[in-house]
Amino acid sequence: MMPFSPKLPTTSMQRPQGLSKTHTITLGASRFVPDLSGALFWPDERMLLVADLHLEQGASLARRGAHVPPYDTFATLRQLEVVLRQTGAEKLVLLGDSFHSKDAHIHVDAETWTRLTAITSRVETTWITGNHDPLPPDALGGTCVDELVLGSLILRHIPGEIPESCTEIAGHLHPGASIHHRGHRIHGKCFATDGRRLIMPAFGTYTGALSLRSDAFEGLFDEAAGEVFMLGRAAIHRFQMQRVR
Amino acid sequence: MADLHHKISRWFDSRGWSPRQHQLDMLQHGLAGKSALLIAPTGGGKTLSGFMATLNELAEPHQHEGIHTLYISPLKALAVDIARNLEKPVMEMALPITIETRTGDTPVSKRQRIRQQPPDILITTSEQMTLLIADPHVAHLIRSLRCVIIDELHSIVTSKRGVLLSLALSRIRGLVPDVRFFGLSATVADPDSLQQWLAPKGAGPVPLVLGTPGAPAKIRILESAERVPWSGHSSRYAIPDIYAEIKKAGMALVFVNTRSQAEMIFQDLWTANDDNLPIALHHGSLDVATRRKVEAAMADNKLRAVVCTSTLDLGIDWGNVDLVIHVGAPKGSSRLLQRIGRANHRLDESSNALLVPSNRFEVLECEAALAAASVNAQDTQFPTVKKLDCLAQHIMACACSQPFDADTLYAEISAAFTFRNLTRAKFDAALDYVATGGYALKAYTRYAKLKQQPDGRWRLAHPRLAQSFRMNVGTIVEDAMLKVRLAKVRRVAGKRHVTGGFVIGELEEYFLSQLSIGDTFLFGGQVLRHEGMDDFGSLATRTTAKEPMIPSYAGGKFPLSTYLAERVRDILADPKKWKSLPKQVSDWLSTQRWASVLPRADQMLVETFPRADKHYMVCYPFEGRLAQQTLGMLLTRRLERWGAKPLGFVATEYALVIWTLSDLSAMVKQGRISLAKLFDEDMLGDDLEAWLAESMMMKRSFRYVAIIAGLIERRIPGKEKTARQMTVNTDLIFDALRSHQPDHILLEAAWDDAADGLIDIHRLGAMLKRVKNQILHQPLERVSPLAIPVLLDIGRESVSGEAHDALLAEAADDLYAEASRLV
Repeated sequence: MMPFSPKLPTTSMQRPQGLSKTHTITLGASRFVPDLSGALFWPDERMLLVADLHLEQGASLARRGAHVPPYDTFATLRQLEVVLRQTGAEKLVLLGDSFHSKDAHIHVDAETWTRLTAITSRVETTWITGNHDPLPPDALGGTCVDELVLGSLILRHIPGEIPESCTEIAGHLHPGASIHHRGHRIHGKCFATDGRRLIMPAFGTYTGALSLRSDAFEGLFDEAAGEVFMLGRAAIHRFQMQRVR
Repeated sequence: MADLHHKISRWFDSRGWSPRQHQLDMLQHGLAGKSALLIAPTGGGKTLSGFMATLNELAEPHQHEGIHTLYISPLKALAVDIARNLEKPVMEMALPITIETRTGDTPVSKRQRIRQQPPDILITTSEQMTLLIADPHVAHLIRSLRCVIIDELHSIVTSKRGVLLSLALSRIRGLVPDVRFFGLSATVADPDSLQQWLAPKGAGPVPLVLGTPGAPAKIRILESAERVPWSGHSSRYAIPDIYAEIKKAGMALVFVNTRSQAEMIFQDLWTANDDNLPIALHHGSLDVATRRKVEAAMADNKLRAVVCTSTLDLGIDWGNVDLVIHVGAPKGSSRLLQRIGRANHRLDESSNALLVPSNRFEVLECEAALAAASVNAQDTQFPTVKKLDCLAQHIMACACSQPFDADTLYAEISAAFTFRNLTRAKFDAALDYVATGGYALKAYTRYAKLKQQPDGRWRLAHPRLAQSFRMNVGTIVEDAMLKVRLAKVRRVAGKRHVTGGFVIGELEEYFLSQLSIGDTFLFGGQVLRHEGMDDFGSLATRTTAKEPMIPSYAGGKFPLSTYLAERVRDILADPKKWKSLPKQVSDWLSTQRWASVLPRADQMLVETFPRADKHYMVCYPFEGRLAQQTLGMLLTRRLERWGAKPLGFVATEYALVIWTLSDLSAMVKQGRISLAKLFDEDMLGDDLEAWLAESMMMKRSFRYVAIIAGLIERRIPGKEKTARQMTVNTDLIFDALRSHQPDHILLEAAWDDAADGLIDIHRLGAMLKRVKNQILHQPLERVSPLAIPVLLDIGRESVSGEAHDALLAEAADDLYAEASRLV
């Protein structure tokens, strides 16, 4: 038998992050920079947007009997702290489903609480409510709204009607895209946009991705004008939406 | 004979038979209440041997006190067949014995009846045993159990099902200490391990009973007038020959190694079927009803041939098979012998078999298998032992039944052969995992599955957990399967509506998820077009397309056995052995001898040569695709580090090719690469670890483990729109665990599986040891004859390597080029 050690390599397993060096996303007159972590930075407003953190998802699953590793909340928060620091954002908007279940923010442990309040006291935070977390987490600081309108830009959890000459950024759907290339199929989380609407990838550690080709996305985008920005491991890659399978 | 009940001996007499010696031996052991292992060839009355003592004990009218004998089969179909074959003699002997079967297909009403009125003999499958011991009334149900018969033991013990079964048996032994265990097995390389498998620790191996060996088989290798292909696995060239053989035979079984190969061969035979012979297809993914229909037709002798996979490997007796055709190399000598045993279930007559190699290396492999079979050489694997995910499932099963004491359970489990080396610490870790997830720093005590009672025993935290355990217990399958249904596609107001029809069968989710709408694939003997997915699985329509776009073939399912590999190396090294080879193959080897070199049996040949604008290195370890794929990964990393600029590699069953930008021959000559160092065993240290960290294989392996250990319940496909979004991807769990708790037992279990499964470290390790100081390097001007097959595979296989961003970037650039052309 070979003398190999049964231990697995330990790494810090920091998820990839960093603002895209090559791509920006334009909605109306505003320009945004996607981040490898799945966050979106708005340089003109020094604002960071994130969607679908699903904090305490692990605990939520555990309650139903699936004891998945309980480290997801810390990992997600650490990721958020890093991106906030790197972008130097002064405002933070969380686009809903920040908590996996509606009372999760009441159950959070002391450390999560401390880290969340540290964020809200440092940057101007807006919590947008989502279907998973319809109750505003008042005590955590920041303001809480169902929808945020900034000029002609609407920020909300679930994509909806966009009035004429307005644009929208939403979450909820956890978009993912598949690209076929040289016999390989590469699937990953993505930003999806057609210039009027932008749907953000889910930021949470355990959150997955739903294919853009599934029914949930039907009719949401002008396919011909559509683009996706896929989160690779080291860079963001842009594709025409028509290329997505 | 004295012990044989008169009803039974009369039955033998009335047929002019007398019991065989091994049947009497098994009777003696049984009546003495002793366990035993019977090794006998197919056709030796093996099943009846197992039941002799049971029939004897139950021959007189008796009170029905619960199950007397449990018969466990590895296959549902086999269980049904055994019941049929047992009911007949029991009826003819006029014995007052009740027999029932219980498999995964048994309806709830019948299950209820079995629980309320247990039969004397219950025929069941190994999966059902886990359910049995998870039953709150298990102790009552088996209170009068005397005997457990495990059929096809050789096949069960090499899988995780065997590990779970041995745990279930340890529980049974705990509940009914004087029960006897009978193992029935085909010939194996190492009977001793099976004898120990059946016995509790410390009791010594159970006695061995040997049946009379059957007449030796007549095996031929197909000598086709057609050219034997250089590479590939389709065996298309041989279709006319195979068809001619089927025409000559009464009833032929056509064995192939993988499901998709079965599909392809069946399709091709159908095209060649000018005489409209009744030829059928049988493999594990087809719908049960379809399979039963084929089996019934076989039993009625209505078929001339069945194309099948390992689903018909085991001892099911259907119809009069008089020829076994093995398409593709058999990969192992024992597997070949067992499959050949399918032809002719009479001991005194020879079975007829024909081997059809699908490429030139397979000709060598078939030759080796033939030589091995002629001396009845066995190469079965050692039983699988100590799988921690199975242990976790077992602990949960025990808790579902009744509260348990940890000390008692540990004693029971560590008495099983499969866990004889289990430490108490490891057991406690597994228990902790089942109870709270077993995470350091932050375990889910609030949501614990198991709780300790004041008396110290562990109980289930909530009865609902037992229900969900029972629903997920059958998950010990290789991959998540989805149903494939025939569909109708309509357009209503411009919108596509796809509605599902009848079920054709099941395919791996892994494969189906790769398909896009419009992709065609071969399944159930027809070319299907993928139309989408719904709540139940995949929807497909029939298409007239001749060639499927996506063959689901993913290489040989079984790796070449170490034993056959050794024989293949021998043939290669010794021109005297080429005489029996087809001329085109011996010519090929002769050409290799003058164009390059042929290695001695103990050497490993490494050839380096330029071709087009790249440089190639081909080595021939003959260790099977999995081990060689791992080798490819590790060598590429080294070559990268040493500046050889490797671009990719492809591994086949026999050889490995790596291509680079740098001139390898020159680098070796200048001493910039040392082949001895390149193939040094130390690659299994840091290089392996670094690679595994990102390896897809590890993640796949982890996924299986997580399912078996009950960390995640098997995905229920698209139950609601968000089901997929909300299901935590096991890759993410894997990453989280690796960074936070690298010593978690599930990671250990995943590593353990990968090491002898997907990445085959053990075999690779043995190979590196073998070739140490035995590397024969041959720099060449051009490709060698021996290298042709593996080079041809380069185009066919997708290039290995796990580049992610590189591929994405490349794809994105393509798009850019496309876009700029349009402007």
